[in-house]
Amino acid sequence: MRRAVGALLRKDLLVELRTKEAVPAMALFSISTFVVFHFGLDRSSLDGSLAAGVLWVTLLFAAVLGINRLFVAEVEQGGFDGFLLAPVDRTSLLVAKVLALLAFLVLVQLIAVPAFAFLLLGPSPWQALPELLAVLALADIGLAVIGTLVSAIAIRTRARDLIVPILLLPLLIPLVLAAAQATAPLLALDGAGPLPERWLAILAIYDGVFGLIAYAIFDFLLED
Amino acid sequence: MTYGKGLRPLAALTALTLTAAFALVFFFAPLDADQGFVQKIFYVHVPIGIVALVGFMAGGVFAIQHLRTRDPRHDLRSYVAIHIAIVLALGTLVTGSIWAKASWGSWWVWQEPMLVSFLIVFLLYACYTPLRFSIEDRERQARYASVFAIVAGAFVPLNFAAVRMAEAYIHPRTFATTGGGLPGDMLITFLVALAGVGLLFVTLWKYEMASKNATFKLRALRRALAGDELAPARRSAAPTL
Repeated sequence: MRRAVGALLRKDLLVELRTKEAVPAMALFSISTFVVFHFGLDRSSLDGSLAAGVLWVTLLFAAVLGINRLFVAEVEQGGFDGFLLAPVDRTSLLVAKVLALLAFLVLVQLIAVPAFAFLLLGPSPWQALPELLAVLALADIGLAVIGTLVSAIAIRTRARDLIVPILLLPLLIPLVLAAAQATAPLLALDGAGPLPERWLAILAIYDGVFGLIAYAIFDFLLED
Repeated sequence: MTYGKGLRPLAALTALTLTAAFALVFFFAPLDADQGFVQKIFYVHVPIGIVALVGFMAGGVFAIQHLRTRDPRHDLRSYVAIHIAIVLALGTLVTGSIWAKASWGSWWVWQEPMLVSFLIVFLLYACYTPLRFSIEDRERQARYASVFAIVAGAFVPLNFAAVRMAEAYIHPRTFATTGGGLPGDMLITFLVALAGVGLLFVTLWKYEMASKNATFKLRALRRALAGDELAPARRSAAPTL
């Protein structure tokens, strides 16, 4: 299992490194979205819950771009057939894809979050950096798990570019809600407030429950 | 399997219970001291909301059975349950909005966790039919729809918990406190209304199952008579047996 996951993950990262399809597009999209928010809201600096909302909505929409592309190579170039022929546990594909998507999200956020701090954020991002990283990490795990599941459901449909966002957004509303609520006090103008632990707990429960569901039903999406 | 069996007495019982419920609502249940006549929408709004959520969950349970047994009839059961629950959920949103306008003065109240959760759940299940429709292979359509129904079924309680934590309570929490909730007359009326809507759901479910089964049998007979000349069935989101 570990070797299969390692091989699949290496393949995905290598493909991304060579084609540079997903991550640069997602990062560019995030920065454009910040500019759109600047003009849409007509504000030059944001703080508190508005800053948290703008940040999370942007990261969510950037994630949708990556999730749309996650299984394209598998379908178009026969990756699924090759994988199903190999004598490995099918869960390894789920784990590898979740890790690959997680890596993409982290890379995008390494660009998008500093860009957000530079372009739009009023208060200093340093005032609560460890807490912010904790929220980002927990929310990214949930995004990666649910994104992989939705991507695997949508990839075999005719209208997959349409199915991914309409399925994904309602499923991610509780996650974005918890992440934004947890981030809002960290970006307050008058010094960072304490991190609301219960929102971290909700994020962790969400990650855990959907991790188990994905583990239980992912095999059924691969049987043909 | 015949789903038409017992449909007539069940339908009669449903009509009777619903009539009794409405009679109780208008002639027996006391007027709410605070909200007056408007509060009577409660006897429609809350039962159809509860039955819609139970219908979504039932769709998830049938979906689990479908994935375990591969019996397409379970997929049909799941499809019909979700499909009727979507209609009831839409009714819940509309009646909830009317009640919000009458008692809080605004058609939509974002501070109200139940209404917002219900909207999110409705938006998610509204994708069920488009998802089915965009998968052509029958067997795969059934399998993917079941996966969706299970994920969405698990999502329902989590979503309610998360949204409820985010908002201050302004919704009347009817059953939250033991003894301090509904007065007896209102509770009886509410329970009769809930039973009536529950029976309505079961009747509609059985009716649609019977109708779909009859359609499949008819198509099989036609095919046997006409051979291969019969035009293939229209592509649809509904499962076929």
